[in-house]
Formats: sequence, structure tokens, C-alpha cells
Amino acid sequence: MIRVTIPHHLRTLAGTGAEVSLAVAEPVTIQAVLDELEREYPVLRGTIRDHVTKERRPFLRFFACMEDLSHEPPDTPLPYSVTAGAEPFMIIGAIAGG
Amino acid sequence: MSRVRVLVGTRKGAFILTADGKRQKWKVDGPHFGGWEIYHMKGSPVNPNRIYASQSSGWFGQIVHRSDDGGLTWETVGNEFVYDGVPGTHQWYDGTAHPWEFSRVWHFEPSLTDADIVYAGVEDAALFRSADAGLTWQELSGLRGHGTGPNWQPGAGGMCLHTILLDPSNPDRIFVAISAAGAFRTDDGGKTWLPINQGLKSEYIPDPNAEVGHCVHRLALHPSRPNVLFMQKHWDVMRSDNAGESWYEVSGNLPSDFGFVVDVHAHEPETVYVLPIKSDSEHYPPEGKLRVYRSRTGGNEWEALTKGLPQSNCYVNVLRDAMAVDSLDSCGVYFGTTGGQVYVSADAGDNWMPIVENLPSVLSVEVQTLP
Repeated sequence: MIRVTIPHHLRTLAGTGAEVSLAVAEPVTIQAVLDELEREYPVLRGTIRDHVTKERRPFLRFFACMEDLSHEPPDTPLPYSVTAGAEPFMIIGAIAGG
Repeated sequence: MSRVRVLVGTRKGAFILTADGKRQKWKVDGPHFGGWEIYHMKGSPVNPNRIYASQSSGWFGQIVHRSDDGGLTWETVGNEFVYDGVPGTHQWYDGTAHPWEFSRVWHFEPSLTDADIVYAGVEDAALFRSADAGLTWQELSGLRGHGTGPNWQPGAGGMCLHTILLDPSNPDRIFVAISAAGAFRTDDGGKTWLPINQGLKSEYIPDPNAEVGHCVHRLALHPSRPNVLFMQKHWDVMRSDNAGESWYEVSGNLPSDFGFVVDVHAHEPETVYVLPIKSDSEHYPPEGKLRVYRSRTGGNEWEALTKGLPQSNCYVNVLRDAMAVDSLDSCGVYFGTTGGQVYVSADAGDNWMPIVENLPSVLSVEVQTLP
């Protein structure tokens, strides 16, 4: 199972805890994880990436294994530690605003 | 006895204020959607327990919520607002061409006759319609496509379609207003649109009398007389007696003709309310006195309404969607401030009291009159 952590407001919206577990078919890429997350929690569609272009929303970042994957192509395979469930794929909201 | 339900959108959530017809004792419920910006909430006139809420965030985009039990519970509905065809460009702040990009819903306007139909005014300016109670949205693209769209430009708050008025006597007629493009009207249910800005004069655009480019802040009409429109423009309070074909100024003796809100008394079509704000850059009440101004003559002659409102050291703003009236026998008038106060007058503006005083900055106020 792939572990995904999501920011506070999206947890509230989706009715989840800080982390969700998803069954994602190989190859486990950024896009595949987001596709499965949105399939499992349709209310999150449009909140992480654009409905049409699928581009990441500007104030969100994707981290894993102490790396910033935000600018990697969507079909980038995730590190083994993520696919093995040892480390989470992290969706982070920018620390900004009032 | 009748009662009222006031729907308040703020920078940090939604609040629902309820009272009986006396409007003296209030119950405050909220925050709903805590931490999210709630640009607007509005109930269906057909089914008042159906309420739409526009929830947005710079981080997570647009969410639309719908309640079918008067705001007790909410469910998420469609948030996919996709412009029809190739969106094209409008003017950016510096005059360059900028592609149309959806960012948020500023205003919902539920149909007067069908509880499943609702209109949404969005930024970047466009009008969307849902016929399935908000599950899916389709753009009425004739508005953007009628020809002047490339000349529209954003106001300071963004290029938003903020006002939607449905003509109760003609289901095919809709008025909308856009900052900073102006006012527009359709007479065929949204297929084709006309700019209706003749008579507006805006010194801050290259041609002050241009067909489009005017920063209209708000429109209002009385349901019994939908051909008469009132407008609060960036500067000037305006009136049209012919459904927007032409406008004339009715600012009269106002201390400032700048402001955001304008509304009409529920039972007196010639009684109009505005709230003057000092401009161009301050955007707070003149002299630090929070005053609603009322005209009983359809404009030009205005009286200050001050009883119960702070008359010193008040430097809040009242944004364009933050005034509303109820339809009880003694018309109630409501407005919310950027300082987090929501005020009510249960006697058409003669006397005011705060319902709440410490909410987050208020973005919108709507009221429902319930049996």
C-alpha cells in the first residue's frame, strides 16, 4: 500500500486522517498515486491539480524521502521506499498566508 | 411568526445567523468550512432549505457545497468550471493579453422558478449555469464571446463576475456586472449579450465613455419594477429606467459617491441604500463614521442613517456582496464589514444593532425570509 499524507484542509474535506493508504498498480508514479487518491476521494478532484491540465496547484508541493518531487514529470516513478510503504508520499501546502 | 436566516461568508468560514421576525435575539451558528474563504452563500427562492456555498482557497482552489436542510449539513457538489472552447485572452493589469483562467466563484444566483437551476459568476469573469443543483456546470459563453471580452481587465480584486440579477417578469432576461468591464444583459436566456453601459463615465479609462471597461461594483433592482436598475460604480451611483439601455447619475448629496453595495427596500421600489466609502485608495468610511445612506426618491436625495452605528474611529469596509434586505413587513436591512461586524436594522434603516461583532472579515451577506 502507498502511504499518502495530505494537508489539514484536505483531510477535513475528505474526512480522513493525516495519512491515507492506497492500493496503486505498478508502475507507481506521481500521476498514478494522484489518480488513485482522486478516485478514492472524489471530493479532492481539482484541489491538488487542475481538472483539465492536471498541473499541480501552485501552492502545493510533493515531497518523498527528503526529496522535492514537485517539478518532476507526472510519470516519474516514486522511490522504492514509497512503493514499499516505508515512506509516505507527502502533499504539502505552502506555509504562507494569514 | 416569520423568521429570518442570514448567510454570512467570511475570509475564514461561513456563519448562519437566525432570529424570529422581531430580529432582536440572534442565534449564531458556525464556523462552517473553518479556515476557508467563503465568497458567497445563497438560498433557493423555490426551496429555501437549499443553499449553495462557494468555498475557495489560494492553495486548494474552488469547492462548491450545497445544503438541502437549511445549512445543518452540507455535501460537496461539482467544482469543475471549464470555459467553453478556447478561452482566449483579456487584458492584464499592464494592458497585455492574459489568458482566461478560472480561480473562484464570486456569486451564486439560484433560479427564481426551478430549485435545480443555479447560476455562478466567476473569476476570471464568466457566467456558468447548472441544471442539476450544482453537480455539473456549463458556461454561458455568449457573454465572453460577444466581442468585447479581449478588452476587459481586472479590478483590484480580480476580474470577477459578481452580480447576477434575474428578471422575475421575464425568464429570458438576466443582468450581470463585471469588474472591470461593466454591465451586460441577455434577453434570450444567456445565448447572446449586450453591453449596457451607455451613460457611464469613468475617468480612469482612456475613453471615459467607452462601451466596456467600467468598474461596476454592484447592481440592484426591485422585483416589481425590473426595468429600473441601480448601480454602485467605482465612482458614481447610477440609475437606469430602461433596463440598462442608458444610465444617469443619482449620487446627489452623498459624502462620497464611491462604494461597493447598493440595495433596494423590499416594499418601496424608490427606497435605495448605499454605503459611501472614501476612495480612491483609503476604502474606509468618510470621517471614520459608518453611515448607511437611504434615498426615498430613487436617488439624488440621500439621508444618513447613523443610529446604532459607530460614528467615530471606524475604518472598516463593506464589500460588494455584503448588504441584503429581508421581506418582512418592516423591511430589514443587513450589512457586514471587513472588521467582522454584521449589522441589522429591523426598521428599514432607522435604527441599527450589531448581530455579531468579531467574525473574520465579511465577504458576503444574504438573508432569507422564512415562514
